[in-house]
Amino acid sequence: MTILTRRKLIGSIGVGAGSLLLAGCDRIVASPTVRQVLGAGEGLTRRAQRLVTDRHALAREFSPSDMSPSFRVNGNSMPTSEAYQAHAVQRFVDWRLVVDGLVRRPLALSLAQIRAMPTRTQITRHDCVEGWSAIGKWSGLPLKLLMDGAGPLPAARYAVFHCADDFDGEPYYESIDLIDVYHPQTILAWGMNDELLSVGHGAPLRLRVERQLGYKQAKYVMRVELVDDLAKVGSGKGGYWEDSADYQWYAGI
Amino acid sequence: MSDPDRSVPEGSDLIYLQRRPVRLWHWLNAFSVIVMLMSGLMIFNAHPMLYWGQYGANQDPPWLVIGANEGAGFLKIGGVTIPTTGVLGISGDNELAFPALVTIPSSYDLAAARQWHFAFAWLLVVPGLLFWIWGLASRHVQRDLAPTGQELRPRHIWQDVKNHARLRFPRGEAARRYNILQKLSYVGVIFGLLPTMVLTGLTMSPGMNAAWPWLLDLFGGRQSARSVHFICASLLVAFIIVHLMMVVLAGPVNELRSMITGWYRLPREKAR
Repeated sequence: MTILTRRKLIGSIGVGAGSLLLAGCDRIVASPTVRQVLGAGEGLTRRAQRLVTDRHALAREFSPSDMSPSFRVNGNSMPTSEAYQAHAVQRFVDWRLVVDGLVRRPLALSLAQIRAMPTRTQITRHDCVEGWSAIGKWSGLPLKLLMDGAGPLPAARYAVFHCADDFDGEPYYESIDLIDVYHPQTILAWGMNDELLSVGHGAPLRLRVERQLGYKQAKYVMRVELVDDLAKVGSGKGGYWEDSADYQWYAGI
Repeated sequence: MSDPDRSVPEGSDLIYLQRRPVRLWHWLNAFSVIVMLMSGLMIFNAHPMLYWGQYGANQDPPWLVIGANEGAGFLKIGGVTIPTTGVLGISGDNELAFPALVTIPSSYDLAAARQWHFAFAWLLVVPGLLFWIWGLASRHVQRDLAPTGQELRPRHIWQDVKNHARLRFPRGEAARRYNILQKLSYVGVIFGLLPTMVLTGLTMSPGMNAAWPWLLDLFGGRQSARSVHFICASLLVAFIIVHLMMVVLAGPVNELRSMITGWYRLPREKAR
């Protein structure tokens, strides 16, 4: 015979009520209507932020003494595709950055060509959506110059960055709007901390869009496509994490 | 002996104590603060470490860590490590800094927690600003919340601390006004903690940093702001616990009625 003490009884009522509460709360969290309403909150945040802030404002740049002693690698550290790995072994000599979509002059630029173009170097803070930050030095081609070369068509509204890495076969991609594309600190970085960008940090090119969170800083950028609508790309939410985990497309906060 | 609310003797005066904007803001704020706290704890779960300064990631020295090591939960503050299995770090099958019971949502979902946090931030900020404007314009702040010079004297504060410790609450006419500890804590929350929470929250936004770089200077960097945000949230939790305790001790029915309908029954003077 089990003796049910009062403490045990109260305890089990507590656990029961707790799990009932959890189930109820999670049902609310998972409800599509609720998510839609909360999503409206995100749109409000984006519009409010753009309303009260200067769309050309620069992210803070730091001095060399502020740099993180070690800048952690996270996410993918080596794309699994054979084509990428072959390029990495050959140090990307035969690799080309493709710029296409809604452009007048589609481009295919070698790393040497990109590095020969005007370079911007900036020491900035990388903010992961999880909460940690690291400060590093990035050198690369301002995206604006790439746009000047390719000539976006009037219908172009977003730049989509197609990457060499994937998660369980789902290719990584990200997208930003033209406000961020033409921002002076938005660069395709080929150098980090005075060295060539390592594979762990996204060689040969990594997007730096400094007023956004870490998952927008796409590594292993292979192709920049200009589009008029994000609905046609991936599952339509504008990026790998946006599609797979419902992360906010506008990650200004 | 069966009267559940003996601190309220029958026949004493009912007075209109809490005006409608106060009541409305109080409940909206209570609702949004709870959701903000719970979704905030889930956001913290994504990287349960806190640092001071401009940067901080896994290899850097944190001042606070909540984690799990070989099946044992721990809280590490500075050099002190406290075992917390079952409460923090590990609870049930859950290996997360904060347990499912206190987070929104209950299982790990950073994207959803952020969605809730930022949507409810609007419900915190907009009514909060309106309450500030109304409070100052109607002189509620100046008349009811601002401590007087007399009340701020150490002797008076100490007397009120002693009264609270002995659970001697004001009666009769004195119960019409907030006492000094109430005033200090309400003013501290409304004009101190809540705005600091909002400002440190904005300091964690890379977009806002670019537009308002003074935020970074004010708090000494994004990671310091994240630490201050967490400390203020903890103080807010402490306030809520003490606030609820005082409501229970001061007569929950009467206190709740005054915050719902506005009408408060003045506790009768004790016969001397």
